[in-house]
Amino acid sequence: MSSLDSHAGSAPQHGGGHHGSYLTSKGSLWADIANWATTVDHKKIGVMYLTALLILFFLGGVMALAVRFELLEPTRIVINQAGESVTTGQRLAFLASDGATANNIYNRAMTLHGAIMTFMFIVPGIPASLGNFFLPLMIGAKDVAFPRLNLGSWYVYVFGSLFALASALVGGIDTGWTLYTPYSTMTDADHWRLVAMITGVFIMGFSSIMTGLNFVVTVHKLRAPGMGWFDMPLFVWAIYATAIIQVLATPVIGITTLMLIFERLFNFGLFDPRLGGDPVLFQHFFWFYSHPVVYIMILPAFGVISETITVHARKPIFGYRSIAFASLGIAAVSFLVWGHHMFTSQGELTAAIFSFLTFFVAVPTAIKVFNWISTLYKGSIVFNTPMLYTLGFLFLFTIGGLTGLPLATLSTDMHLHDSYYVVAHFHYVMFGGTVIAFLAGLHHWWPKMFGKMYAETPAKLGFWLVFLGFNTTFFIQFIMGAHGMPRRYASYPDEFQWMHIISTVGSWMLLAGFLVHLFTFIHALLQGKTASANPWGGMTLEWHADSPPDEHNFAHEPIVKHGPYAYDRVVPPHTDPAEYPLPEKTDLH
Amino acid sequence: MSTMNPPSGRDMPAGPKPLHETVEKGHHWRTRDDEFDAGKLGMWLFLGTEVLLFAGLFCGYAIMRMLYPEAFANGSHYLNWVYGGANTLILLWSSYTMAAAIRHTQLGDKARAQICLVITWLCALAFLLIKFIFEYGPKWAEGKRPGVLFNYPYAENPMEPMWWSLYYAATGIHASHVVIGMGLIGYLIYRNAKGWYGPKNYLAMENIGLYWHIVDLIWIFLFPLLYLIH
Ligand code: HEM
Ligand SMILES: [Cu+2]
Repeated sequence: MSSLDSHAGSAPQHGGGHHGSYLTSKGSLWADIANWATTVDHKKIGVMYLTALLILFFLGGVMALAVRFELLEPTRIVINQAGESVTTGQRLAFLASDGATANNIYNRAMTLHGAIMTFMFIVPGIPASLGNFFLPLMIGAKDVAFPRLNLGSWYVYVFGSLFALASALVGGIDTGWTLYTPYSTMTDADHWRLVAMITGVFIMGFSSIMTGLNFVVTVHKLRAPGMGWFDMPLFVWAIYATAIIQVLATPVIGITTLMLIFERLFNFGLFDPRLGGDPVLFQHFFWFYSHPVVYIMILPAFGVISETITVHARKPIFGYRSIAFASLGIAAVSFLVWGHHMFTSQGELTAAIFSFLTFFVAVPTAIKVFNWISTLYKGSIVFNTPMLYTLGFLFLFTIGGLTGLPLATLSTDMHLHDSYYVVAHFHYVMFGGTVIAFLAGLHHWWPKMFGKMYAETPAKLGFWLVFLGFNTTFFIQFIMGAHGMPRRYASYPDEFQWMHIISTVGSWMLLAGFLVHLFTFIHALLQGKTASANPWGGMTLEWHADSPPDEHNFAHEPIVKHGPYAYDRVVPPHTDPAEYPLPEKTDLH
Repeated sequence: MSTMNPPSGRDMPAGPKPLHETVEKGHHWRTRDDEFDAGKLGMWLFLGTEVLLFAGLFCGYAIMRMLYPEAFANGSHYLNWVYGGANTLILLWSSYTMAAAIRHTQLGDKARAQICLVITWLCALAFLLIKFIFEYGPKWAEGKRPGVLFNYPYAENPMEPMWWSLYYAATGIHASHVVIGMGLIGYLIYRNAKGWYGPKNYLAMENIGLYWHIVDLIWIFLFPLLYLIH
């Protein structure tokens, strides 16, 4: 008796009255909690990740607002209760019980913001939430390859985050999220905060490796019958390329953080120049991880955009293969260019080589952007929220990408290095790129995930607030930086004030935008219209499943007969024409 | 063909069939072969990350050795290659017994597999005992310690603390892998005693075996780098 027979002989997965969606309650609240806490269902784990990520995004956002608020005035002097004059930073003194200066506190808030946003929000971000939920659905699988490992990675991630956040509770660290030595081995007499943060980063690294490994194996082994490599949706390609980087880059930050812990606790001396170590060695290790990580952040966003753009422009994606290969190309090149973060701390020849290599990243990236724009050409574009975010992404990411070129050029970087220009650049890429794409994806897949439509009008309002707020906050920073405003300072010369005011007001608009989205999402969950299986008329497999999907994803294992974007040949499945009229132009035969 | 509930979970009473023949594939797999291949692929990827982790340490070693060749030469003179060599042989031997355990399982010889597993576990223990009793213990007592803890009075080179830092970091991380390995092999011994493994169900054993070979392999790099090159 082969195991295959025994499987066929046992009760079918969907019999026995188990036909609920994955969201169906198990009865009591406790049963539900226990069920979620021990679930191995990739969809639930995706939702659990989403929840944790949004909470952390909120925390990181509060820190950002605090930092921006502090920058409203050059040095604001207030009189405290004891009658001394202090800067406003000290009003954030709940963060410090150790007589830290206003600048310390500013730096701690800034570090916490950066560390939360990178390590805890944006790196796991799209892959762990949307990726977990949709990767198996999009390749027609019932689950990821190792479901229990998947659940484990969520716990490890939460545990690591708590560790890192604990450093804030005991006072916070002020090194900046890059943890550069020798500063990170000398600052603050109380080393436990730093050790807590680094240990947290180390632990989260495991979570990242577990997720990446799981996804690589899933894509290799669990594609539905008939789905060749080039029938995979581009989101899957993007997550696959990301997963490869996760597996290859994360061990390096693992060993780096371990060394840093040893260095901090025992003064190993590897990085500390007083003991003969080499702080630039730390930078090499750090950026060998953290540059590829930039692509862990942005590649999944590319994947989301590839999906939203074809569905909401109702056209096959232009240059499918070149987009797929560009993902892999970016993954490969990302390992060769880490040195561009260190132009000011290395020899000229090394710097020139890294500068030269860096320009190569632009090639696959530009290929993608051109393909997306060509996809829009003559498409039947629907200006709903996902599409608005998609267009917003194209606009902002292009600015982010192009402003990177002066930073990759040695001579201009000497001027711009560690100025607000850099802050603006990476926010255009990370926020204008990844976060905006995340929002596009969240709106695009919301009906599928929760079976409810969100209300389009307030969601659009949210988009405009976020989009305009973002540009108000960050565009001016390019100018500020080019004029010499350095990053990571709490006080600055008066002449920059008017620009900081604009920027800070922008951050409040952003806050308003996010609150509107929070409202639309909660409203959708409570009172949203029921979503059909395929409200947008998508062609990829997730739209074959129910909304929200059944516990085991598909009633029958799907068999793939055409590519993921065959809008020119096939009618999208289960499309509800009342909900989403098909464009007349499209020739559906 | 068994009737009633398909067997699943560890609390299944051992029926007429040994446990290893009742193991089902996970519900999301099409065939057990797919599941097996996936398990192997996953393990290989994980081992890749292990190699990369140690690669970072090796880079650190290479650079510091270049900067301070004399301190490193002195440092390796303090190590006794006899202990390192003995440990190398022990690990190599245990790698062999591990592989043999898998082979016996594939052939359905549970008892021999068990003996091999136990030998492997004992080898790991011996490795750690040698490490701690003959190497870490005395060295630490003499003051040959890493970084700030270093207080060996007869050091000839001011950079020697750094050598010890790297020595303890590299061998310590390796030793922690040996400890984890002992846990994993102990798990295999327990499960094999219960009859979980057999010709059609040995993925866990093979994967843990692969892990153990990597632990061995890394030591084979560490041994010459630390003990032999002067
Ligand atoms: C709510 C909107 C945001 C505002 C107002 C904001 C504001 C700021 C400010 C003022 C800084 C300090 C700049 C410096 O002196 O270096 C900063 C740094 C940073 N931000 Fe944001 N940010 C926002 C969103 C984000 C997002 C979404 C991410 C990533 C996902 C992010 C990632 C970072 C990073 C990595 C740093 C660098 C921290 C460091 O240098 O250690 N930010 N942000
Ligand atoms: Cu970079």
